[in-house]
Amino acid sequence: MSNDNNPEVKKDTSMLKQKEMIAGNYEKLTNAKELGLKTSSTFVPGNLNELTRCFDIVNNLPEINALGNAMRKQSGAMISDAEKMGHSEDVCTYVKADIGMMAKGNIAPNGKPMPNPDMLLLSYTGCYTFLKWFELLREQYKCPTVMLHVPYQGDGKGQITQSMRDYVVKQIKEEVIPTMEQVSGVKFDIDKLRELMRNSAKAEDNLVWVLQSAKKKPSPIDGYFGAVYYIGPIFSAFRGTTDAVEFYDLLRGEIQERTDKGLGPVTPDGEMGKEKYRLVTEGPPNWTNFREFWKMFYDEGAVCVASSYSKVGGVYDYDGFRHDPENPIESLAEYCLGCYTNRNLPERTKMMADYIEDYEADGLLINSIKSCNSFAAGELLMLREVENLTGKPGAFIETDLVDPRYFSPANVKNRLESYFQMIEQKRQAA
Amino acid sequence: MKCFIGIDLGSTTTKAVLMDEDKEVLGQGITNSRSNYDTAAAVSKQEAMISTRFTLMRRGFENVASAKDSMDDIMSSLERNFRLEQFREQLDDLRTTCKGFVTDDRFKANADATKAVLDTTFNQLNDEAAALFAPGAKRKSDFFRDIAGGSFMNIAEEEAKKADLSYDLLLNVYDKSIIKVENRPPAGDMNNKFTRAMENAVEELSALGLNADDFATAMTEGLDIELEETYVVGTGYGRVRLPFPKEHIRSEILCHGLGAHIMYPKTRTVLDIGGQDTKAIQVDTAGIVENFQMNDRCAAGCGRYLGYIADEMNMGVHELGPLASKATKVAKINSTCTVFAGAELRDRLALGEKREDVLAGLHRAIILRALSIISRSGGITDEFTFTGGVANNEAAVKELKKLIKENYGEVTINIDPESIYTGALGAVEFARRAAKGDLTGAEEQLGAA
Amino acid sequence: MSVKEIIDRCEEIFEDLNFTYAREWKVAEDGRKVVGYMPVYVPNEIIHAAGMLPIGILGGGDAMEVIHGDAYYQSYICRIPRSTVELGIMKNLDFVDGMLFPSICDVIRNLSGVWKLLFPEVYARYFDTPQNFRSDIGGEFYKNDLQELREGLEKLGGREITDDDLRNSIQVYNENRDWVRKVYQFRSDQPWKVPASEVYLLMRAGEILTPEDHTQMMKDYLAAVENEERRMKDNCRVVLNGSFCEQPPLGLVKSIELAGCYVVDDDYMMINRMITEDIPTDGDPLLNLSEAFLKHSLDLASKFEPSEEKKGKFIVELVRARGAEGVIFSAPSFCDPALLDQPMLAHVLDDANIPYISFQYAENSGQMQPIREQAGTFADSIKLWSAA
Repeated sequence: MSNDNNPEVKKDTSMLKQKEMIAGNYEKLTNAKELGLKTSSTFVPGNLNELTRCFDIVNNLPEINALGNAMRKQSGAMISDAEKMGHSEDVCTYVKADIGMMAKGNIAPNGKPMPNPDMLLLSYTGCYTFLKWFELLREQYKCPTVMLHVPYQGDGKGQITQSMRDYVVKQIKEEVIPTMEQVSGVKFDIDKLRELMRNSAKAEDNLVWVLQSAKKKPSPIDGYFGAVYYIGPIFSAFRGTTDAVEFYDLLRGEIQERTDKGLGPVTPDGEMGKEKYRLVTEGPPNWTNFREFWKMFYDEGAVCVASSYSKVGGVYDYDGFRHDPENPIESLAEYCLGCYTNRNLPERTKMMADYIEDYEADGLLINSIKSCNSFAAGELLMLREVENLTGKPGAFIETDLVDPRYFSPANVKNRLESYFQMIEQKRQAA
Repeated sequence: MKCFIGIDLGSTTTKAVLMDEDKEVLGQGITNSRSNYDTAAAVSKQEAMISTRFTLMRRGFENVASAKDSMDDIMSSLERNFRLEQFREQLDDLRTTCKGFVTDDRFKANADATKAVLDTTFNQLNDEAAALFAPGAKRKSDFFRDIAGGSFMNIAEEEAKKADLSYDLLLNVYDKSIIKVENRPPAGDMNNKFTRAMENAVEELSALGLNADDFATAMTEGLDIELEETYVVGTGYGRVRLPFPKEHIRSEILCHGLGAHIMYPKTRTVLDIGGQDTKAIQVDTAGIVENFQMNDRCAAGCGRYLGYIADEMNMGVHELGPLASKATKVAKINSTCTVFAGAELRDRLALGEKREDVLAGLHRAIILRALSIISRSGGITDEFTFTGGVANNEAAVKELKKLIKENYGEVTINIDPESIYTGALGAVEFARRAAKGDLTGAEEQLGAA
Repeated sequence: MSVKEIIDRCEEIFEDLNFTYAREWKVAEDGRKVVGYMPVYVPNEIIHAAGMLPIGILGGGDAMEVIHGDAYYQSYICRIPRSTVELGIMKNLDFVDGMLFPSICDVIRNLSGVWKLLFPEVYARYFDTPQNFRSDIGGEFYKNDLQELREGLEKLGGREITDDDLRNSIQVYNENRDWVRKVYQFRSDQPWKVPASEVYLLMRAGEILTPEDHTQMMKDYLAAVENEERRMKDNCRVVLNGSFCEQPPLGLVKSIELAGCYVVDDDYMMINRMITEDIPTDGDPLLNLSEAFLKHSLDLASKFEPSEEKKGKFIVELVRARGAEGVIFSAPSFCDPALLDQPMLAHVLDDANIPYISFQYAENSGQMQPIREQAGTFADSIKLWSAA
């Protein structure tokens, strides 16, 4: 890996841009009082970023804080602090890392304390724990808390009913917007929302292009570990911004160049070696040992060509959803309803099987997360069903999001190696 | 001759199997996995070599007329006497090492007295050694640490008391020394030990009127064959620690699948319950792995569970199965969590339930857990092969058979008493194939990017 | 009937994992259907109005060995889904024509999908309840949800469910809930006469019996238990919280009382307690069901509490109303709703100076000793505390 090599410089451009954007958002957050800005905490799935921006409210995402703390090796202490405060060992470690972070003064990555949020936007999408999480935060902050109940796509073949759509739309119009107006003192302007949504749709087009570039052989990207960087801006505080549009333009250019040159993904250790295995992954990654975990894949020549995790903050590829400036509120509702974990298990199963076909993958690898029942409950059945549907063997490993106690490298590596060797053996025998 | 070796570095024991070019297994060896994986691999390999020598000698003895009718007796006597030689050699090593730890600054005025106690202890151990390896004698383990350890402690405690010395200090010296001795690569001249063992065997079997000279040539021939280590493949939990290049390593799943296939070619489902994990493997008609599942992050229901229970009950792990088999009813044990099972066990015993019934319940709990893992991997297809340490436990096997019948109907269940070598057997077959250029299942070397 | 006869009958129903009562009910008339539901709340009225028997599926208890169900769930997931799947795979539920999975947590939610995949011939529905409690928003959505359930059951049963059917069923359940409340009130008044295990078994029977049979049983029980000679003990009075989904083994229910605690309220069986007032039997029945849930349902971990001030206050009110002296948090291991809610309830209790303890269980927990010890120590400390 050398720096005078063109693609590297270009890769740095989008990476640097993203770094700048994230740092900028943390600066805005931590200086919100001085800047006269209001802040809101909310979740990645079902976030209403365009809407929040209409009121100049800055978004703070506790999930991102927790995973950031895990990557900086700070989550372990936070979790044990929360457990000392009476939180059960059995429950979600995102919540406990967040509560532990609060106890440690809520220090942002820039070293400054986060302000207490002016509102909690409880987008209850696809995860039961969100509901309790924000009740717990509300207990501390005593700030306005608005619930946006997004019904689960439990029944039928996962169609979204008109009743569900109306329910979400009504909540946005009659609960969310009035609370935001009240908190921010800004009047709602639907044209501003439309404008932001036009940006969203542009960025979404490019994101989908990037994710689908993995259909090429070799894949120019890693659609799981690498995708964490690609989904960063659009899943966090930047959907709808011109920054996000620029970022995805840049990124698309870079990936186009890699494809033209027939290059594989870039890893933290530089260019990946020969692509030997193509996997579809289900479940979030582990954050405490993110690089070590990824290395177990690229050292073996394994590329994740598609993943469910890269759809956690919005499914844009599978059924072509885009934010629609013509029907802004309705499309926000549609977006919330369509997030990956808000889809029922048969539909998620079909999605994974389709990915395996579409991306010509060797099989499904499930990283089952101890913290996340929304993903995990039913994954073992999903594994079996996907194997049956595709005829391709799957594998199952277990880790956690941000609890370092639940990452056992020897165990994970053992299973991954066994899986890769099994694929290899089957190929040789074929 | 060209030979191939497979080594299975497990969490509790390390196994090695040696195979010739004709796919015939000539020898196998086992040792306890120490903290030092290199040594464990070296020891198990040497044990497999020794066992190979016995095989080769036996072949040679086929031509000795006087041996024909009593081959089994001869081989068993030869082996026992060889083990005795080996044991004494290690005992000497242990004595020297122990004494080396007795230094004046730690033991002050007692250094000489301590050395004297050690000498008395080891003399006695040496005297008792012959009985340990006498015909028909039962040893609680085949590992030096286990055989020597218990006796040492008994004798040393007595002797320390007599000499008014601290037993704890002696124990400390022993603990340090045994680790050193265990981790020392095996030394000593093999041929001499074989020769002495043969002499002793002839003497032991004097009733048969054997003549040592008759065997000498056959023995020398057996010992003179050069065992050319052509290809070694490592597997098992500790395989990443093996000092092997990547292409010499295979996952234990692949090796267990292939090993079971070699033992029982009609095998389609394999269950292996090892110390650290439980594996359910589905293989095709050629022994190629189609699917596998291992116990999840939680180690519940692995072999270690029984070890823990044995500790709780103050019994040897090998005594559990026989006691459980005496149960008249199976107590319901709900926890396969190793930690909770201990508490539940005490609870049950406190309530007056019989030890054998509770133990039977614990065995059932493990097997239930294993069946869940099998179910996860796709269930049982005829034939079914059960391997790993727990496969030698009659109580566990009994529950397994019962539950398989209830859940999957009539299925042929294969259990080889030597099933502990399954992984190593698969590994050695991979080694043999790799040497022939067939790299099925092997890692292709990654080219530099 | 004597108390013993009634409780023996309840215990028989409780232990019967083959659901003989429901099977017999089903074959007694042609075309009858049985609909199972998971905890914590579904409007049984609609199932009843369809002429079907609603039965609570509450896992496999401590008597069942789970093999295949375990194959589908990781070790860090609670036990109720695995034993429920085991019941399904082992054909204990082969007579169940429909299954409802209420919105209580992600595990039960996803179990609805597991059911669809494993048992495609069964009518399986995720049943949502609103987290927005405005009539025009959450109410509207919920009414539609109820209508979808009604239509689903109409299709399953091959007959229309009229508004009058619904009104009639509401009446039946109003009476049932009334008697449930009477049992709870009686126990609170004279807990020495009504052991926790008897109330538990009586309410468990209500998960299987027709509401009419169950109501009669409660009437008989209260009539019989009046005359029981049972000695009053020097026990403390506690409210139990957190056991609304996966159920503890019966031994645990008994252990708490044996350790010196009278359980004067609990949340074991919420199905016939969730709605706290009679539902009107005139007007739009679905609207009435919807309004009852929005306005007159118990607070529970799985429901969002829109008001910060009110969060968790119900437990203090319950302690006061029942004259309890403390709270026992008894939640299943890995139960997200109960365990995430608990710290907030604990803070409310701290503020009100109400003592509490907590422990966890699984439906097949085998050892009661630690629980007896904790509950015993708690009872002793309450007595010492109140004596001081």
